[in-house]
Amino acid sequence: MGENPRAGEFFCAPDPDGLRDFLRRKPRDLIAKVTSAREAIARFVHDGDYLATGGFGTNRIPVALLHEVVRQRRRHLGFAGHTATHDCQILVAGDCLDRCDVAYVVGLEARGLSLTARRAFESGRVQAREWSNGALAWRYKAAAMGLPFLPARVMLGTDTFAFSGCWEITCPYTGMKLAALPALSPDVALIHVQRADEYGNAQIDGITVADLDLARAAKHVVISTERLIPNELIRREPQRTAIPYFCVDAVVEVRYGGYPGNVAYEYFSDEEHLREWLAVEQDPDAFRAFLDRHIFGVPDFQAYLALRGGETRLAQLRAEEMLDGPREGA
Amino acid sequence: MDGYSQTELMICAAARELEDGRTVVVGTGAPCAAAMLAQRLWAPNLIVMFEAGGLGPLLPTMPISVGDSRTFHRAIMAASMTEIMELCQRGGADYTFLGAGQIDAYGNINSTLIGADYSRPRVRFPGAGGANDLGSLCWRTLVMTLHDKRRFVEKLDFLTTPGFLTGKGAREAAGLPPGTGPYRVITDLCVLGYDPRTCRMRVESLHTRVTVARVQENTGFALSFLEPLAETPPPSAEELRVLRQEVDPYRYVIGRT
Repeated sequence: MGENPRAGEFFCAPDPDGLRDFLRRKPRDLIAKVTSAREAIARFVHDGDYLATGGFGTNRIPVALLHEVVRQRRRHLGFAGHTATHDCQILVAGDCLDRCDVAYVVGLEARGLSLTARRAFESGRVQAREWSNGALAWRYKAAAMGLPFLPARVMLGTDTFAFSGCWEITCPYTGMKLAALPALSPDVALIHVQRADEYGNAQIDGITVADLDLARAAKHVVISTERLIPNELIRREPQRTAIPYFCVDAVVEVRYGGYPGNVAYEYFSDEEHLREWLAVEQDPDAFRAFLDRHIFGVPDFQAYLALRGGETRLAQLRAEEMLDGPREGA
Repeated sequence: MDGYSQTELMICAAARELEDGRTVVVGTGAPCAAAMLAQRLWAPNLIVMFEAGGLGPLLPTMPISVGDSRTFHRAIMAASMTEIMELCQRGGADYTFLGAGQIDAYGNINSTLIGADYSRPRVRFPGAGGANDLGSLCWRTLVMTLHDKRRFVEKLDFLTTPGFLTGKGAREAAGLPPGTGPYRVITDLCVLGYDPRTCRMRVESLHTRVTVARVQENTGFALSFLEPLAETPPPSAEELRVLRQEVDPYRYVIGRT
């Protein structure tokens, strides 16, 4: 504890004027942006980029897009580990990351710890800075507000603060001590939603986690959506738009694109498959074969879904989500 | 034995700490079961919240993830993480439940790593998650954990989430909101509170047949004991019935040993 050895050194430093310049030049034309996962990742995720994902660990995460990042063998990515569970597990399995702002990584909540992810952080192969979930969410919010930082009353007095790189400031009005959370503007955000139109106007059902701020904070946004809907449906209920089209660079329609995670009102998580991931990681050879079979050896996400039991399994998960079938053991 | 498990006893003891008309931020597992039990028995107006954004759900079954769709099933609001954390920051969260990889005498928690070198930890754990936010901002922090010397340590390898830091007044000096902090620790051996003069952990009741010596043997720092020391009331028949039949019928939490 004590002095902050890394104060001011960030994987992704605050630069509100840089973001303003970038967004001033970012096209705002109402044009169709529908493309394939392969094309979207090829165009918008580059080696060395700082990446962030929407959703929460195993809930409404952009799995189809993440598989594509791994398949295209992106390297040296930075990552915002904001309750990153299966999403982080996929990226570490693909050896895509070399630095990570950690709020929650390595674990899959009560399901257990990912051995591959643990080793990546323990060996120093992935460098870390420490934050909290709230802090990372507010860092997106600061960037989305066009500010260099947001003050907050978290992390103070802890080693989490000491290993964040954060400064402490004194409030000019009250004299309070506050953590100055630096704005976080990722190069690219991958966000999965239930519905979007061809321009990128997106609707989210259920909790939005940190995605509204993330979509506004990131320089580029790739949306994967369960369904493409006509622009007319967006305009009929504009209060439902979570992300406006001009934030978005590409739209990918992938039914079940959050599998094996849970997507609210669509399908529940495939707990059996998530357990299989954790178990197979215990044996490096078996894990390589598992990744070859499920990610590298398939042309696209539909082929992966077919391997997992296709429509039959997905129908079970839909029934589970709708609470109209028997639930399997957790 | 006693007709109930240690997990069931811990859930019932935790539930009794929750008053009606309050707010509680929970994770999955035992804390969620405790909140659901309290709701069904004496706290129908207890508002349950999850850090990912679930606010006031009518939980149909135990969630698996803090962000899965059960956490906002028939909820008051499917909100966001900042909505929940900002509610906590402005003083609207009465209780939270945390777990602990390591915990020290002041209720400080480590959930980040084991080892001496930050850049090469012996074991990497998930990190602060929402625990640092909740432990910083909620009025009363409760911890549920198994009681052993590996967890109850004199010195943490990493201070992830603030308890009372170094003692009385330290939270306020660090800038944390006044009046917040550790409140109870509920283990498989006893229920602990904090001595108001020192802010160090103090045993307030022992579970049935647990001795003072056994608690101290399983704790890596010197404990004090409230006088007179009570026995933790065992779960009532009604508590056990509701817990087993309504709260966790598939035994996701109570089925584990």
